[in-house]
Amino acid sequence: MASSNAFGWAATDSSGHLSPFHFTRRENEADDVTLKILYCGVCHSDLHTVKNDWGFTTYPVVPGHEIAGIVTKVGSNVTKFKEGDRVGVGVIVDSCKECESCQQDLESYCPKPVFTYNAPYKGTRTQGGYSNFVVVHQRYVLQFPGNLPLDAGAPLLCAGITVYSPMKYYGMTEPGKHLGVAGLGGLGHVAIKFGKAFGLKVTVISSSPSKEAEAIDLLRADSFLLSSDPEKMKAATGTMDYIIDTISAVHSLVSLFGLLKLNGKLVTVGLPSKPLQLPIFPLVMGRKLIGGSNFGGLKETQEMLDFCGKHNITANIELIKMDEINTAMERLSKADVKYRFVIDVANSLSSSNI
Amino acid sequence: MEHPRKAFGWAATDSSGILSPFNFSRRETGENDVTFKVLYCGICHSDLHMVKNEWGNTIYPLVPGHEIVGTVTEVGSKVQKFKLGDKVGVGCMVQSCRKCQSCAENLENYCPQMVLTYGANNVDGTITYGGYSNFMVADQHFVIRIPDALPLDAAAPLLCAGITVYSPMMYFGLNKPGLHLGVVGLGGLGHMAVKFGKAFGMKVTVISTSPAKKAEAIQHLGADSFVLSTDPHQMKVAMGTLDGIIDTVSAVHPLVPLLGLLKSHGKIVMVGAPEKPLELPVFPLIMGRKLVAGSCIGGIKETQEMIDFAAKHGVKPDIEVIPMDYVNTAMERLLKADVKYRFVIDIGNTLNPTS
Repeated sequence: MASSNAFGWAATDSSGHLSPFHFTRRENEADDVTLKILYCGVCHSDLHTVKNDWGFTTYPVVPGHEIAGIVTKVGSNVTKFKEGDRVGVGVIVDSCKECESCQQDLESYCPKPVFTYNAPYKGTRTQGGYSNFVVVHQRYVLQFPGNLPLDAGAPLLCAGITVYSPMKYYGMTEPGKHLGVAGLGGLGHVAIKFGKAFGLKVTVISSSPSKEAEAIDLLRADSFLLSSDPEKMKAATGTMDYIIDTISAVHSLVSLFGLLKLNGKLVTVGLPSKPLQLPIFPLVMGRKLIGGSNFGGLKETQEMLDFCGKHNITANIELIKMDEINTAMERLSKADVKYRFVIDVANSLSSSNI
Repeated sequence: MEHPRKAFGWAATDSSGILSPFNFSRRETGENDVTFKVLYCGICHSDLHMVKNEWGNTIYPLVPGHEIVGTVTEVGSKVQKFKLGDKVGVGCMVQSCRKCQSCAENLENYCPQMVLTYGANNVDGTITYGGYSNFMVADQHFVIRIPDALPLDAAAPLLCAGITVYSPMMYFGLNKPGLHLGVVGLGGLGHMAVKFGKAFGMKVTVISTSPAKKAEAIQHLGADSFVLSTDPHQMKVAMGTLDGIIDTVSAVHPLVPLLGLLKSHGKIVMVGAPEKPLELPVFPLIMGRKLVAGSCIGGIKETQEMIDFAAKHGVKPDIEVIPMDYVNTAMERLLKADVKYRFVIDIGNTLNPTS
């Protein structure tokens, strides 16, 4: 039994309420990196998990997979990292390493991924970044570019890669083309930033008129389309080359397909709880497609972080203390955040250990 | 008469869809036109939908037929690509705007002003009449040359069924040796997808609800395997094995089991168009980075490419040649999918003018 003591905040039942929690992490082995956690982003998946929305949560669970911190120890086989390095950990902490997906640096499609929290692993279960430190195999640790702040950079480890990967894979990167970003939350706001960095024209598609001002003035989208206004939607018919759909509620695909030009591509990264209705006619008549994508492999996540370093892309965050997490979760469930909560773990976790 | 030249064919006059002899007219051969005597015309399921006004847009009287082949009898003064006696064909379109982005990219099939070969408003204000008729006049841009290596009767269905599967197989990369292709539905489109798949060097699995189709799929069409989609065990065994699926079924059917057959990063392309939306849980798309796409016929340049490929690689539709006056019976049989795998009307020998 490992002897390191770890401390974090966990949910203990499907009320989703989080509270202080002591647990044990494994020892740092030859391939491992130990990092002191400074910041952890609050992803909507954390909320789904603590409430057992997807039906596979095992309690107690310490969430958090947008982890940023400083290396405190490295194993003897570790060459990429050293003490003091500024690093991050994202959605997975291991995979089989042998399958076709792993061999192609597509660990997010490995049939046996080990999620950073709520997964069986080495005889115990993984616990995530709402905690003081974590021990991770070096392959699943990312290097932060020197110029990227750790607090605003943490959400890139899930939100960032979740939109970056499909934008690359589906070829949504041709300068001058027109990208629609459906949904303006954690994923959506980062998609706008990547879109602008790729040289695209970006339109935010949202049902909330109150989001327009920030979309344009703060996030620098080129335009805003109110999806609940049929006339405006009609006027935008056939104007977009790509759409990133980050909306997690059940919503109409018909109206989104109408916005696409010939050969248009809609990528869905939101996870509605019920199936959507897929009209086939628009696909056939316009050679359009709908595709999915699941965060991204480690190599690509590093590429994404380096891209963010080069283009100064970070998330717009609201920094919170560890003991404010339950309020933050409530606000998140009402989409009341611009645009990601990040827990100031190092400065607030230990004081909550009463 | 709308036009100066008398023509005759068979037309549907109401939504019963029953066809009967019909006299009409066609335009003179214009400077860009090719006129050809029709020898054969394939029967596409779209013809059946249209004669019965199932899509709600049929203009009667309707002379169907958009898999038309024959021999050139006259060319306009500006036509250089074709000459008298050439074996030619016309598919689903006879005109487009020729100016938009789609037309510029050889994607006339996606031009918003594309004119269908039959039942459509043509640029001169008249209605187009299709290939169940004695001759056709078409702009040379939309005329396809039929290579000698292809028998004319078998070539006809390539002009719609062939291009409809060839185009997405090329565009979505489902054309590489060693990849594993699934074909859903084994009719006119499906059997062409199997043949092109094998010609591309792919492994091909037919997915169907009809156990009776298994023997033909494997022994006659050369498919490598057959999965009965109503058998959960067979479907389970086949999960995660396909790089791509061409789905030719136009009835509403479940997508989820088909998505399960795809490997990660797999693609399913719909070429049939169910009229109601299909249920799509996004989880399988996201977990496997899979995509669902659609495709509609193909551009003219690609249609010519496809025909040349078919001639070179011996990809020939399996047809049942019928006389003109069998057409109503053929339509009834088509409705029951009782054909292997395309009816082709022997226009040249059996379409006789009425008095």
